[in-house]
Amino acid sequence: MAEATMTPEVMTTADGTPLKVSLQRALRRSKIRAVLLVAPLFLFIVITFLVPILDMTFRSVENSLVANVLHRTVPLLADWDETTGELPSEAVFEAMVRDIQEGRETREIGKVGTRLNYEKSGMSSLFRKSSRKVKKIDAPPFKDQLLAVDKKWSDVDNWRLIKREGGAFTPSYYLAAVDFTRNTAGEIARAPEDRQIYVNLFIRTLFLSLLITVLCILLGYPIAFLMATLPVRTSNLLMILVLLPFWTSLLVRTTAWIVLLQQEGVLNDIFVWIGLVADDNRLQMIHNRTGTIIAMTHILLPFMVLPLYSVMKTIPPSYMRAALSLGANPVIAFVRVYMPNTVAGVGAGSILVFIIAIGYYITPALVGGTSGTLISNFIAYHMQVSLNWGLAAALGAILLAIVLALYVLYDKIVGIDNMKLG
Amino acid sequence: MKRLLKYTSLAVAGLATYAFASAGPATAETQLVVVSWGGAYTASQQKAYHEPYMKLNPDIKILNDDSASEGLSKLRAQVEAGNVTWDLVDMVASDTITACDEGLAVEFDPDELLAAAPDGTPASEDFLPGFLMPCFIPQIVYSTTFGYRTDKFEGDQPSKLVDVFNLDKYPGKRSLEKKPIGNLEWALLADGVPQEEIYDVLSTPEGVDRAFAKLDTIKANTIWWTKGAVPTQHLADGEAVFASAYNGRLFAAIEEEKQPIAMMWEYQVFDIDGWIIPKGGKNEDEVRKFVKFATDTQRLADQAKYISYGPARKSSAPLVGKHAELGIDMNPHMPTNPKNAEKTLLFNYEWWADNRAELDERFTAWIAK
Repeated sequence: MAEATMTPEVMTTADGTPLKVSLQRALRRSKIRAVLLVAPLFLFIVITFLVPILDMTFRSVENSLVANVLHRTVPLLADWDETTGELPSEAVFEAMVRDIQEGRETREIGKVGTRLNYEKSGMSSLFRKSSRKVKKIDAPPFKDQLLAVDKKWSDVDNWRLIKREGGAFTPSYYLAAVDFTRNTAGEIARAPEDRQIYVNLFIRTLFLSLLITVLCILLGYPIAFLMATLPVRTSNLLMILVLLPFWTSLLVRTTAWIVLLQQEGVLNDIFVWIGLVADDNRLQMIHNRTGTIIAMTHILLPFMVLPLYSVMKTIPPSYMRAALSLGANPVIAFVRVYMPNTVAGVGAGSILVFIIAIGYYITPALVGGTSGTLISNFIAYHMQVSLNWGLAAALGAILLAIVLALYVLYDKIVGIDNMKLG
Repeated sequence: MKRLLKYTSLAVAGLATYAFASAGPATAETQLVVVSWGGAYTASQQKAYHEPYMKLNPDIKILNDDSASEGLSKLRAQVEAGNVTWDLVDMVASDTITACDEGLAVEFDPDELLAAAPDGTPASEDFLPGFLMPCFIPQIVYSTTFGYRTDKFEGDQPSKLVDVFNLDKYPGKRSLEKKPIGNLEWALLADGVPQEEIYDVLSTPEGVDRAFAKLDTIKANTIWWTKGAVPTQHLADGEAVFASAYNGRLFAAIEEEKQPIAMMWEYQVFDIDGWIIPKGGKNEDEVRKFVKFATDTQRLADQAKYISYGPARKSSAPLVGKHAELGIDMNPHMPTNPKNAEKTLLFNYEWWADNRAELDERFTAWIAK
């Protein structure tokens, strides 16, 4: 058998360039095109979404303010031994006086007071008062003069606090966000019981979100099933009924629930009229947890119905007919044939409802009273009212971490590929 | 990271300005953005200050922005981003202390910025004592006080603060503001603490416990409000029989809407509302001129024609007349009227600046239990 001698010949295109090179070129071109097409959206998301979130999250540990404004005092305090229980040296007091004088010029000293007041009540007025009065101090003894301005300067704990918070980063906000604090010696300890709030709020937020998700499945599943199986005319009408509240303003829907559910409201009036409850014993259905659950379930229901509907629409009716003709009774056919096909829709709806619920704050603020407010209400409070943005950032970061963890868990159990939004 | 945010917001603001600028015809007029509370309050400022000023100065256009309830946080964000778009911001006195502390507001010399009284009294002496603060331009005195339903109690109608805490004699729901400030002071007063000693008592842990213990007695019968329009709504709906509310809101519910509600003035809490000039605003000179006009004696008295809040100047008080639409004499409805102001309470803002964070936490934990 004659051996065919095959000289390895490079395959070329018509114009003589090697095929491999030409292919690479074509691929590169399409890659660049893809990148360019995606780039605007990508940049938009980075600029308007990722950067602000990262910047805000960074504030939960950022702590340069104290070190920047008290820039003479903080380095000197590093050499001070806070365990002896003695006040810092005259040099530290001089540095503090100079820092306060400079901070008054730059209008920064008030911020230091506010910052340290988060850790210990009374620091705010200490700095405000001192900044008004240290103007004239210009010669030693600085220590005695500063102590004369406010005797709180003789409290070693205050100096310990300034030393502790003089670093560039601080864990304080995260500690506060999980109801921990530092005792006077600087050790980490549980906050006093009458000031613990956030852990309970996180648990309540998760529990209520889960409950609302389950309620949405229970209420949304039959509606979606009807919409998917009824004749088009009727199902369109149902669709409009689902979408109509969806298009209505959130505030209008929430306020409507207040009108319906309040003690002198429509529902209670009807109950009293038919004799279900006594007039002096009307039901409390709003401004509490019940109010939050009812209003939020109603508001989030479309987010469950729509993915369910779009999935159910794609299930051929022949599946059910086949199951029935093979001898399954309707219940078994529904449970074993129909329902497994809707898992993707349930998954998508649940994750939508749950994640929206966990960050909801307008509705709970209006109808939640005291037992129905969520962690997001406190994030909003610290953003808008108390201006403790570090704590707001820490609470937000923890909430984000919880959502991401649950997302991973969901992916492990259900599988994110099984989700179908439409 | 901060710089990145700064540039981002600058870029966004730039785009927005470009979009606005190209949308309308270019004008030579100066636009002043004045931030206030919206609703009836902004309307009263519009009629008493803005409209007369714009008539006198056709090249000035005053725009209202209703975000005063988030004034402090939005202003801080604007200053941090280096892009202050507001020219004048309405705030309650306690918030202006924070704004001043944080360097968000312009400090001024009152006699230079503000007009003297018609008789020549300098502004620093004409404003009510203690009202002027380094960054704060006071406009009105309002009060938070109790209103009650007149058709729910048989026999004696409530008239004193202690009646709010008397569930046996006056059963029914109370509607209180969902924060410790004010409620703690009222609780101690109702518990028999003399007014002068309130903050001394509150400075001790036992005193705080005592205030919360007093609030405990009505806690089960209390609903809490956070927005100023809600307490009068609670009263009107019969959801509550007592409600703490701003006196202007109660006035509107009683006189304009004719609801079966009456007011109790005992231990009304005086508070001051006014303006700050944000640091870094683009039209500071124009704003100063406007402020001088809008806070003169006549203008402050004019505002009381539209809303039942008392003017912050002594010289304005005699000029307060009749309500512009209802035609009723406004003097008996002013919180500053001597008959109403027999027993009044003033917050100690310095004390609250120190203790607010801690008591807010305690109050929240208490409310959740």
